[in-house]
Amino acid sequence: MNRIQSVLEQDHKLLSIYFTAGFPNLDDTVSILKQLQDNGVDMIELGLPFSDPLADGPTIQESSTQALRNGMTTDKLFEQLKDVRKEVHVPLVVMGYFNPMMQYGVERFCQRCQEVGIDGLIIPDLPVDVYHEQYQKLFQQYGLLNMFLITPQTPDERIRYIDKVSEGFIYMVSSAATTGAQSSFGDTQAAYFKRIGAMNLNAKLLVGFGISNAETYQAATNHSKGAIIGSAFIKHLEANGANSVADFISQIR
Amino acid sequence: MSTYHADEKGYYGDFGGAYIPEMLYPNVEELRQNYLEITSQPDFKAEFDQLLKDYVGRPTPLYFASRLSEKYNTKIYLKREDLCHTGAHKINNTIGQILLAKRLGKNRIIAETGAGQHGVATATVCALMGIECIVYMGALDIKRQAPNVARMKMLGAEVRPAQSGSKTLKDATNEAIRDWINNPVDTHYIIGSVVGPHPYPDMVARFQAIISEECKTQLQEAEGRDYPDHVIACVGGGSNAAGIYYHYLDDPRVNIIAVEAAGKGIDSGESAATSALGKEGIIHGSKTLLMQTPDGQITEPYSISAGLDYPGVGPMHAHLYRTQRAEFVSIPDQEAMDWGLTLSQMEGIIPAIETAHAFAVLDERKFEPNDVLLFNCSGRGDKDLETFIDYFKL
Repeated sequence: MNRIQSVLEQDHKLLSIYFTAGFPNLDDTVSILKQLQDNGVDMIELGLPFSDPLADGPTIQESSTQALRNGMTTDKLFEQLKDVRKEVHVPLVVMGYFNPMMQYGVERFCQRCQEVGIDGLIIPDLPVDVYHEQYQKLFQQYGLLNMFLITPQTPDERIRYIDKVSEGFIYMVSSAATTGAQSSFGDTQAAYFKRIGAMNLNAKLLVGFGISNAETYQAATNHSKGAIIGSAFIKHLEANGANSVADFISQIR
Repeated sequence: MSTYHADEKGYYGDFGGAYIPEMLYPNVEELRQNYLEITSQPDFKAEFDQLLKDYVGRPTPLYFASRLSEKYNTKIYLKREDLCHTGAHKINNTIGQILLAKRLGKNRIIAETGAGQHGVATATVCALMGIECIVYMGALDIKRQAPNVARMKMLGAEVRPAQSGSKTLKDATNEAIRDWINNPVDTHYIIGSVVGPHPYPDMVARFQAIISEECKTQLQEAEGRDYPDHVIACVGGGSNAAGIYYHYLDDPRVNIIAVEAAGKGIDSGESAATSALGKEGIIHGSKTLLMQTPDGQITEPYSISAGLDYPGVGPMHAHLYRTQRAEFVSIPDQEAMDWGLTLSQMEGIIPAIETAHAFAVLDERKFEPNDVLLFNCSGRGDKDLETFIDYFKL
């Protein structure tokens, strides 16, 4: 069983943390991964930086720009992760845009992911139908799960289709927003979480976008399997440096 | 029969499609499901045609450039899109999209702009319809294009600076897309070129197709046949080119010539010649040719003309390039600037620098005396006066 599927089977709520590889400094990647694991994080999303991350808000875009300026590349990421599985055992998901993967060669990319021990991918600009028709077999061949996003505007029929194609979790975007745009959740979100919860999907739901503290983490996990935090963690790293992971996690749960 | 138009999924051969984040899916899907039906309704067509006639000033003239024809010993026609209201072909598309947006019940318009021409054309139609307008523009471009920023403001639009990335057109496009993600219900995004996710490339091409539709009638009158031997246009994203090629795409009698901006030279590192320098990839939701690093990071193009420095090219043009349906030529800054003077002094027409690139093809290759050449004179040079003044020390 894939590590993502295993962790989804555990009977507690999951905390998944996103950060941009190569940020704040080029060689912080592995150290941050280890700290996240040591502080009880259940899953980690590692951002492969892209020059034009159009689904992301300013915080993640700036961290990507910084990581690229630091010299981050696709090859560099795999090099950093070469021995990561000797020490890090939580599921690792690479989140990145499709263009850098195309240039690397999609199959070669998948192969390298498998070699270093990546469990899954989130590719915001690879639509579910294109994945389903052209790439699913390839991803399966290399043991990679691909996760999809849904939003409050995603029609039910499409959610069912995404559920059918999903082998890991469904990434439930909390609101109509790019990453980092919200500071609290209101009734609209609660209604949306309930609506999706009531659909009885096969895939487990993880809520992301706009989760920044214990309160929003709690609200998000009331109706889901877990929550994903990205921008708030990036901001914390930016303000407090790469060795401050414990402080952040202790504020969440 | 082979066709160079988009298929129902928005692919031109290998290129096109809709590579968009799920957050954009409902917006783009709403458009995709409705654009063909709405734009083929008689009341839509009637309103579109009326505005093109009374407001834009269509049909634009097809002008036989006699001095230029004599000098180059061939027959040169100019389709005078520079005479459109707001100074370029851009408004054909913004009129079409605002009418579509109204029928979709949208009350807020966003747009991206590089040099400001598309921003002005969008602000203009929003003023015409009394709809809120927000234009995203790279912070660097805002500094470089002060007169167009002022025009947009006079027209009642809000100009929002894009501070991310390289602070230019591609970043303004990213910001506009983000705005659309954050405002999925009430907002329509008017993209200015034949780029972006399906249905935009096809939809914008259809709105610009009025250009070649008129050319057919006008050439019939002038030459006794409704097609040229060569149709020639500059290509940045490629909307003016898509418009003048449109009705000739599948006509093998017509040779298509696309002119890109070589900037300071193809190998200088400062160029916008996407066909020569680009590789297949994804930009702004479309699979196409784009300029990028070996690692897949999108790079910043350069041209002296702000309207040609887009790092990608519309998927229609990528397909025309790959299939060799079109001849691609790239013209450096200097030749384009010289053609700005040549066209001014030989025909009394001051072209936009983008447009001037197209004419430089006359020095690049030979044409026969009986060849009919159809140029898209896509924009006027008023907006470029400052660049001309600096360059020629006028």
